[in-house]
Amino acid sequence: MAVRHVLQQADIERALTRIAHEILESNRGVDDLVILGIPTRGVMLAARIAEIIRRIEPNAPAALAGSLDVTMYRDDLSHTRTRTPAPTDVPVGIDDRTVVLVDDVLYSGRTIRAALDALADLGRPRAVRLAVLVDRGHRQFPIRADFVGKNLPSAASERINVLLREVDGEDGVTIEGASDEAPALHARPRP
Amino acid sequence: MRHLLSTRDLGRDRAIELLDIAEDMAAVQQREVRKLPTLRGRTVVNLFFEDSTRTRVSFEAAAKRLSADVITFSAKGSSVSKGESLKDTAQTLQAIGADAVVVRHQASGAPQTLATSGWIDAGVVNAGDGTHEHPTQALLDAFTMRRRLHGDASRGRGLDGARVVIVGDVLHSRVARSNVWLLDALGAEVTLVAPPTLLPVDVSAWPARVGYDLDAAIDSGPDAVMMLRVQAERMHAAFFPNSREYSRTWGLDDARFARLPRTTMVMHPGPMNRGFEIAASAADSAQSTVLEQVANGVSVRMAALYLLLSGEREVAA
Repeated sequence: MAVRHVLQQADIERALTRIAHEILESNRGVDDLVILGIPTRGVMLAARIAEIIRRIEPNAPAALAGSLDVTMYRDDLSHTRTRTPAPTDVPVGIDDRTVVLVDDVLYSGRTIRAALDALADLGRPRAVRLAVLVDRGHRQFPIRADFVGKNLPSAASERINVLLREVDGEDGVTIEGASDEAPALHARPRP
Repeated sequence: MRHLLSTRDLGRDRAIELLDIAEDMAAVQQREVRKLPTLRGRTVVNLFFEDSTRTRVSFEAAAKRLSADVITFSAKGSSVSKGESLKDTAQTLQAIGADAVVVRHQASGAPQTLATSGWIDAGVVNAGDGTHEHPTQALLDAFTMRRRLHGDASRGRGLDGARVVIVGDVLHSRVARSNVWLLDALGAEVTLVAPPTLLPVDVSAWPARVGYDLDAAIDSGPDAVMMLRVQAERMHAAFFPNSREYSRTWGLDDARFARLPRTTMVMHPGPMNRGFEIAASAADSAQSTVLEQVANGVSVRMAALYLLLSGEREVAA
């Protein structure tokens, strides 16, 4: 089966740097900014974006990035195998702040819908923005990303793999053709 | 997970997974909105053939915080008191559409029967059966110990090397049984200390040491001392001469408590017989985890219900 490399390590770094600049520009600085990654790879991307922001804005607070687990808010809990939740770690309160949600792949939009529900239980942000490394289309909800690393139109049968050195040992994004194997969780077409 | 009937067949990985999920559930309890939408539309039936406030309320809170519909059914005042059988009750619950049944029963093995008889499709949680097991109590005890020992670094860890002394009426205690299996699976060393008359005959096969001298156990400086309630209601024979003698020999009194290291946890599954198996000074001390155990019970039961009710239903084995 053909595996095509779509993004290399340098491409990912450039995309995250651009996203960090765009976040700072739209937020007019780092004031009241919270960056929350959605486990698993969104958390690492959020931490990298926060790191880049700290390089650009040395005054940025140390507690800028956290994680927001959405497992308990998913609408497919009875349709898939049991998911083990990951920790939620919100570094500061989110009330009246701008929250940037970060995920690796934006697909159906169901994960983000769940994330919005989870956020509502944590507080009332002033605004919620969405940053993703890859937007592959096929939305099932009226959700769009504010900051996109790479738009990657794909067939529903294709599989997008985001590899990050923190868990995969290397950085990269690949696309695979249709397969009989079980697709990756984030790339699975959901009912 | 299809059912939660005992800790004996739980295994280390599953137990740690359950405790880790309970960590997430505990985090939710610290929030302003303590509710999750996870089990919306699911029905949990609390089927209590035996009186219990603590466990029933804990399961009820756990199910409600996961947004499940909860039906509490106590045998008193129900058709069970008119002679309805467990089978008929189960089939009624099946007709109502119960997704999970939390069952407490005075007969050892009743939850097992409910889970394996084919009378009902629901997942079954054992909330205490006779003198057999009480798995969620053991899990909440392990959760409490893990948090006291490892704090924020608890996730993913067992209780390797922790020394736990379980004291008292082991014979009638389902809590002790469930704890022995679970603590062993998690890597803890368990010592049972009890009057010989209150130890089961098959105790030598358990993964635990057995001792008869509470003072020696106290002086060994264990990480946790778990006092069991003397279950007078289950005692149909004389197991010790009188309560004063029991208290003097097997009770955690002021003097014994004073000799314990300040870091030793004092645990009790409740309800406590103060001044009998445990002195008030120990029960109310900073070392006592009694109220933490109650609070953690809700988190652990939320985790159990989550594992039971999320995911595609596994086919019954």
